[in-house]
Amino acid sequence: MLAYRDIADTHAMIGAAQTYKNAVVIGGGLLGLEAANGLKQRGMNVTVVHVMDWLMERQLDPTAAGLLKQSLEQRGLSFAMAKKTQALLGDAAGRVRAVRFDDGAELAAELVVMAIGIRPNVALAQSAGLQCNRGILVSDTMQTYDPRIYAVGECASHRGIAYGLVAPLFEQAKVCANHLAEHGIGIYSGSVTSTKLKVTGIDLFSAGDFMGGEGTEEITLTDPIGGVYKKLVLKDDKLVGACLYGDTADGAWYFKLLRDGREIGDIRDTLMFGEANLGDSGHSGESRAAAMADGAEVCGCNGVCKGTIVNAIKAKGLFTVDAVRKHTKASSSCGSCTGLVEQILASTLGGDYSAAPKKQPLCPCTALSHEEIREAIRKEHLLGLAKTMEFLNWSTPNGCAKCRPALNYYLTSTWPREARDDPQSRFINERAHANIQKDGTYSVVPRMWGGITNASELRRIADVVEKYKIPTVKVTGGQRIDLLGVKKEQLQDVWRDLDMPSGHAYAKALRTVKTCVGSEWCRFGTQDSTRMGIELEKALWRMYAPHKVKLAVSGCPRNCAESGIKDVGVIGVDSGWEIYVAGNGGIKTEAGQFFCKLKTHDEVLEYAGAFLQLYREEGHYLERTVHFVARVGLDYCKQRVLEDTAGRSALCARLKDALADEVDPWHEPRKAAVDLRQFEPIEAVLV
Amino acid sequence: MSAGGEWLKVCGVDDIPVAGARVVRVPGRADIALFRTLDDRVFALHDRCPHKGGPLSQGIVHGARVTCPLHAWVIELATGSALEPDVGMVACIRVRSEAGEVFLHREDLRRDALRAQLIADAACAPA
Repeated sequence: MLAYRDIADTHAMIGAAQTYKNAVVIGGGLLGLEAANGLKQRGMNVTVVHVMDWLMERQLDPTAAGLLKQSLEQRGLSFAMAKKTQALLGDAAGRVRAVRFDDGAELAAELVVMAIGIRPNVALAQSAGLQCNRGILVSDTMQTYDPRIYAVGECASHRGIAYGLVAPLFEQAKVCANHLAEHGIGIYSGSVTSTKLKVTGIDLFSAGDFMGGEGTEEITLTDPIGGVYKKLVLKDDKLVGACLYGDTADGAWYFKLLRDGREIGDIRDTLMFGEANLGDSGHSGESRAAAMADGAEVCGCNGVCKGTIVNAIKAKGLFTVDAVRKHTKASSSCGSCTGLVEQILASTLGGDYSAAPKKQPLCPCTALSHEEIREAIRKEHLLGLAKTMEFLNWSTPNGCAKCRPALNYYLTSTWPREARDDPQSRFINERAHANIQKDGTYSVVPRMWGGITNASELRRIADVVEKYKIPTVKVTGGQRIDLLGVKKEQLQDVWRDLDMPSGHAYAKALRTVKTCVGSEWCRFGTQDSTRMGIELEKALWRMYAPHKVKLAVSGCPRNCAESGIKDVGVIGVDSGWEIYVAGNGGIKTEAGQFFCKLKTHDEVLEYAGAFLQLYREEGHYLERTVHFVARVGLDYCKQRVLEDTAGRSALCARLKDALADEVDPWHEPRKAAVDLRQFEPIEAVLV
Repeated sequence: MSAGGEWLKVCGVDDIPVAGARVVRVPGRADIALFRTLDDRVFALHDRCPHKGGPLSQGIVHGARVTCPLHAWVIELATGSALEPDVGMVACIRVRSEAGEVFLHREDLRRDALRAQLIADAACAPA
């Protein structure tokens, strides 16, 4: 008779399998089935005794458990379901010979393995006077009833749950360590865990409230012959549980949706079919980690293959996407492969994987989320970076390269004019007002309103190119001209000689408004898209935002300006203008969503401005409109911009107010708080 | 000057932006990045990230570290070494600030960039 707890038990089982014929495994849970499968593979007759009606009741619903049982039976395992073991019967030599159930039936067995779950050993804690129930009771800071004593892991009972997996233990240990180091900002609010059975050939996955029940809805897909079953449980337009059998490739994705608490109304119709239909580019459309070869590239930005990631996970003991990112660089640049990296983590770690917590701190300098920080800035009327960090108990003296630009944006966008911009907290491009290139030179993109230029501008550009020996001149995708390879010391002279406005091609700000020629020239044009584009660009330029913002205006539904993949896309039709929002031609090619139809130029300016101001006020720093709208929901944006007339005017007014004092940093650098010292190197002469 | 003849005065502390940097150009030699932290400490490194040669002087200075503007490696200003798990080191130049003035050590300035980089590379090579 054996328990199944450690490596010695496993060796004993392997030994017994060589001598004996009949085995009974008591417990049809994760561990019991793995043990049973192992013994069967070593040639024993194995019966699994389970007290419940269906296997793995804590991880599977009856349908999935039925498929699992069927599949295990095909492998030769037997089952005794809904049976209570009453006694183990021994022979004369004291060795087990049978198991007796409470209905009197007996089952012959020379080996009995007990796998009926873990019970925390609380004897020591209890004798020390600590409160215990199923485990040692701990608070959200992992402290027991005696605040001098902490508990983490399988022995700890947090909010009534004692976790038996390793991933929650790591989260708990992190919080505990944080408090032991008197850092005092960590809170553990519980883990959502997922399970994968390591029995070869059987994929199953479950997470959250997969049983469903009152107030929930279910989407199911069943293919009993193919051995595939999927159930998704929804509540209040959110995924709250998932149970997958046979095809678990999307487990990690569902798990993420579940933990993020993302509203799924917009993807409900395709939710069941997985993440594969959400277009990603940059890694050859691969979206299923399990099916990928080791040599297949996962991260197209940094050239990281699946094998490299798997090796790093195994060799370095990595458990989070963040750790994988640090060690391999995968998903550390554009982030489009994050989902794929998560899948690889999940499939490499199995049940030990737990996705990132729902509440994401802005950066390691704080435990607060984007929203909490913004809220504090607004409520407390915080105006300076140092003040904000002090008030919010930042853990570093002046932040890091991640939080400083975010805070600077939140401060200046919440309190335009009042909050002072800190150029040292901006990425170099926004500090130098040009785009840094790989060799340390810069590129310069002057603004061409709506993509319209003239002989005098072109002549000045040509003269500048010759005068400053600019090596590359390129027409951009945004209908402008890019001068590449400009030395930093030359920037001010180049700007002055160009005598054109800054194109803000370097900033998290309005970039361009792309247009087609429209009704002025085009025989198909229904609206004057060029004029509309210029009006939009003149109204919105100098507008900083959480991320870059691109607009386009097409004069007819042929859409030559590609309005369908812009943050705000405008398409002229005979009766007016159609507005699309949250399109994106970048990492995730995402068609813009229809927002509304308008009649006049003024209306287009008003609605586009209001939508963008909403994004400016509520978008997370570095979140494009596509992700912003996915997070808050298109309906929410419609409610704020389309339905709430007074709110729309207020949004527009705040945008106008914010832009009123913004100047062109190329031509009024002092007013724009540009530190001009950066353009002059300090000359030092060695003699 | 108390700093002695080994030290070359390059600028005043206030010529460097707080939590920022300036480039020091020595004719015929590689650029040097001169940093000033929030608490007015001054550091000098060769202006070349050990990763892909990015100009560290253009990065964001936080604490006593700088984040390279090209691929966000984080370099310790005091030692020139990259923050884990990245591995690399950029050569430091001895620097001192006295009465609001900043001095660089002439010997370190004379040492050519290639030699400095070899020394830095050797320092972070596995033993």
